[in-house]
Amino acid sequence: MAERVIGKIHRVNGPVVEAFGITDAIMLELVQVGEARLIGELIKLEGARAIIQVYEDTTGLKPGENIYGSGMPLSVELGPGLIGTIYDGIQRPLELIRNATGPFIKRGETIKALDRKKKWHFVPAVSVEGVVAGGKSTGKRNKKDAGIEVTGGMVIGTVQETSHVLHKILIPPLMHGRLKKLAGEGDYTVEDEIGIVETEEGEKSIYLKHEWPIRVARPVRQRLPLNIPLITGQRVIDTFFPVAKGGTVAIPGGFGTGKTMTQHAIAKWCDADIITYIGCGERGNEMTDVLTEFPKLVDPRTGLSLMERTVLIANTSNMPVSAREASIYTGVTLAEYYRDQGLHVAVMADSTSRWAEALRELSGRMEEMPAEEGFPAYLPTRIAEFYERGGYMETLFGETGSVSIIGAVSPPGGDFSEPVTQHTKRFVRCFWALDRQLANSRHYPAISWLDSYSEYLDDVTPWWDEHVSERWQEYRGEIMELLQREVRLQQVVKLVGPDALPDSQRFIIEVCTMVKNAFLQQNAFDEVDRYSTVEKQMKMLEIIVTYWRKGSAAIKRGMTLIDLKKMKVLQDIMKMKFSVSNEDAAALDKLLARLERSFAQLESIYA
Amino acid sequence: MRENIPDIEKKLLSGREYIGVEKIDGALVFIKNTHPIGYRELVEIVDPDGKARLGMVLDTSRDVVVVQVFEGASGLNLPGTSARFRGEPLMLGVTEKMLGRMFNGLGQPIDGGPPPVSDTEEDVNGRPINPTAREYPRDFIQTGISAIDGMNTLIRGQKLPIFSGNGLPHNELAAQIARQAKILGGETNFAVVFVAMGVKHDVARYFIKSFEDSGVIDKVALFLSLADDPSIERIITPRTALTLAEHLAFDKDMHVLVIMTDMSNYCESLREISTIRGEIPSRKGYPGYLYSDLAEIYERSGMIKGKKGSITQLPILTMPNDDISHPIPDLTGYITEGQIVFEREMFNRNIYPPIAGLPSLSRLMKDGIGKGMTREDHPHLASQLFAAYSYVKDVRNLASVIGEEELTPLDHQYLEFGEAFERKFVSQRIDEERTITETLDLGWKVLKKLPAEELHRITEEELDKYYYSGDSL
Repeated sequence: MAERVIGKIHRVNGPVVEAFGITDAIMLELVQVGEARLIGELIKLEGARAIIQVYEDTTGLKPGENIYGSGMPLSVELGPGLIGTIYDGIQRPLELIRNATGPFIKRGETIKALDRKKKWHFVPAVSVEGVVAGGKSTGKRNKKDAGIEVTGGMVIGTVQETSHVLHKILIPPLMHGRLKKLAGEGDYTVEDEIGIVETEEGEKSIYLKHEWPIRVARPVRQRLPLNIPLITGQRVIDTFFPVAKGGTVAIPGGFGTGKTMTQHAIAKWCDADIITYIGCGERGNEMTDVLTEFPKLVDPRTGLSLMERTVLIANTSNMPVSAREASIYTGVTLAEYYRDQGLHVAVMADSTSRWAEALRELSGRMEEMPAEEGFPAYLPTRIAEFYERGGYMETLFGETGSVSIIGAVSPPGGDFSEPVTQHTKRFVRCFWALDRQLANSRHYPAISWLDSYSEYLDDVTPWWDEHVSERWQEYRGEIMELLQREVRLQQVVKLVGPDALPDSQRFIIEVCTMVKNAFLQQNAFDEVDRYSTVEKQMKMLEIIVTYWRKGSAAIKRGMTLIDLKKMKVLQDIMKMKFSVSNEDAAALDKLLARLERSFAQLESIYA
Repeated sequence: MRENIPDIEKKLLSGREYIGVEKIDGALVFIKNTHPIGYRELVEIVDPDGKARLGMVLDTSRDVVVVQVFEGASGLNLPGTSARFRGEPLMLGVTEKMLGRMFNGLGQPIDGGPPPVSDTEEDVNGRPINPTAREYPRDFIQTGISAIDGMNTLIRGQKLPIFSGNGLPHNELAAQIARQAKILGGETNFAVVFVAMGVKHDVARYFIKSFEDSGVIDKVALFLSLADDPSIERIITPRTALTLAEHLAFDKDMHVLVIMTDMSNYCESLREISTIRGEIPSRKGYPGYLYSDLAEIYERSGMIKGKKGSITQLPILTMPNDDISHPIPDLTGYITEGQIVFEREMFNRNIYPPIAGLPSLSRLMKDGIGKGMTREDHPHLASQLFAAYSYVKDVRNLASVIGEEELTPLDHQYLEFGEAFERKFVSQRIDEERTITETLDLGWKVLKKLPAEELHRITEEELDKYYYSGDSL
């Protein structure tokens, strides 16, 4: 980094450093603070004074020490080698830092995000003269000048990053010009020049990597409507509160309600191409859990290790608070980069409340006027900006890709009326409220069917109609209604006991118990149950709906609830989530047939 | 203003003494016109009688330096107080020989003995463990307490707090865990670091006596910052103690159990300092960084790849007014790997330990139990007991409205199960140690109060093996 002194330290207050004597600093410039060369970002400029937020522990920093400018904003490196790596909040590779400095993190480490030595096998998709056979370039050959015209986001070649991910090498988004030179097929490091583009500002080199500032959303051609569901394999989500690819979700819940468990389950089993998992201000052991477990798990769609599609950002609760603020931007920028390659990316942000608290802490140290509960007045704006980086997009190259954002929220005391939950609710269209009561009775995922909602329901219904069954929304609606009715009935039961209810109403409670135990509850650690295909979900739903319809009809004809409950098939229905594997969904048809036979038998006895 | 002072001059500066301070507010001392002072630098404040007190720089600028004095500011005056800046953060000399000794919150011996000769000096603020260097904890610790081993299993390297209330037997339980905790087929290279923050003398004595009675006192290092010690000292106490714990665990291969009581007092001290500094408070006057600050303490636990030792934390906190949504237990619960929650109602019904069945949780339990670790039926059994006990709570509510007579026969069975669960399974004597097999067998006996059709979370094989055979209560 250039030795450009932009000012000196005036005051140190935790991660916030005030500087004086500022000469030519740029807003949001990446700087190095003090002789320890701590990484920071310039966040306020006022005459000769500036405020810098430092991403490392500031112990020992003294007034009067120099501040060095880098001339560029805080950026991330984008290129092959991101997948399977674990980074801190400002994209430093934690694994390499450990190799360099041991198990405890030291300050002032400047290890680059992407491996400089590793060679990647690059296959060009275009040539200077025109299109390579099989390539997908839209570049037109121009006879007067040498080289095809290239624009930002254009795919010029590919690198097999993992056996799962074919990494497309893009022209950096803002670049425009003529491709003068492009390297042939071969092995290159991320620093080897693979091409030259002649732009209006002169010749620019192209590498396998490029940089992008984390606080700026990467450009796209246009936003597309969201109508394909992100299949998570979690029944309560896919069937009851679906999220669309490119959608945004908040998962609020007090401690111990299973936010992290739910996020882990989605990260493991959802049908996105890439997962960006941001551990923002959470436990160190949780990241270790991901690191040890993901490589062992197999993606049911590709048969490959889940780590081969995952990027991790870990800024645990004991790591510097300002890097926690940056971590979610780092994560979402990486996600956008893979989206620009035409992939579907799911971002897990756990937890956005810690990020908001980091904002609050920094704002407090800068002595800004607080709004609600000490949070700065710009909190809602920041939350909105973050979630708006999700979406289903047409990329600059004309492909489609998506970034879905699933953010955990940790409301203090489990009280959803606090500012972070409330403001998040304004900007997401899907809300999975985790319920303390459900968690206490170990009903996981503890997603409440009363407080949760999904605005994507109607958007994704056509997909279900086409790919699974046209009866999906009908069945779902029927069960949802039962669950709502059950709540009212339970209130009556609490006052007068279940015996006071007629069988027709007690049967509703009975069916809802079945829905909860056999369908909504899902064991994340069970080999079979941890993931359900949409087909299995639909068949399970059908069985339960059949039980409800036939049962209530039978009760109307005078059969008692006790008779109904004697049906042996019910025991098997209760256990179908464990006993029937995803591949063997046909067994559920047999179960359905048995249920129908059991009803027929009962009727014949009564007839 | 002087800048870029050469090293030799820096050394001279650290010996320089500034006489007279600008302002004293609570435990904070403001000093003007100094040479450049580092953030979090260690300071010696010399009072008018010539006695030195330790302090730390909280805020530094070219104009004024703010120092937090650990031993309190009482007796200081503006002209007669002087300050020496040491040019480095607070360091603690650590050695294995600190086991069996007693220290104050700053790590100075208070048992009359000489300061131990240290092997190495460490920054008490510690450094974050690289998440990639962590070893995921999965070794089961048998505490001999059924409600913990069976339902909220403690794992080596876990941080599992006890959420208690005033007057509840948290000290007894912590002492019992310290006495009984063992690894199945385990090694014996263990140590206990006991941290007292703002607790009464007799509480400290209770623990010391308990350690003496079980003959482990020479394996225990005590860090005491008691109720009559300056409250500011408590801010540094857990950090000092954990610095020793880290040395023992990661340099000396020991398995360290850290008992910290009472974290509520620590948080009070933090709030005190924050208020004096005029910081913008968040909930209930606690500073906005309470979460990060607590995380700095709690995250100093766990296991590291390639190292044999571990740090298991057992913080105790009393929930103000038994309110679990109070910021202290709330933020703690967000950081720690579960919680053991005490219930006053159970205590009043004379159940020891009064561990509430539903809100208590051990997050690391899932990876430390089951086949090869405890017993293959453990996960399902625990899950079933939770589910059934949760239903018992509903039935009890119902019974209190409509009367027990009106309940269905099945609900009566649940009531019996609930009673047996609390009286036979959870409840045990303060000196009673149950093996994990005893605990699990007891769980099955209790479960026999319920018909097999109700046990949705148990497999057929487990029913055959444990439910249909075996004795009942």
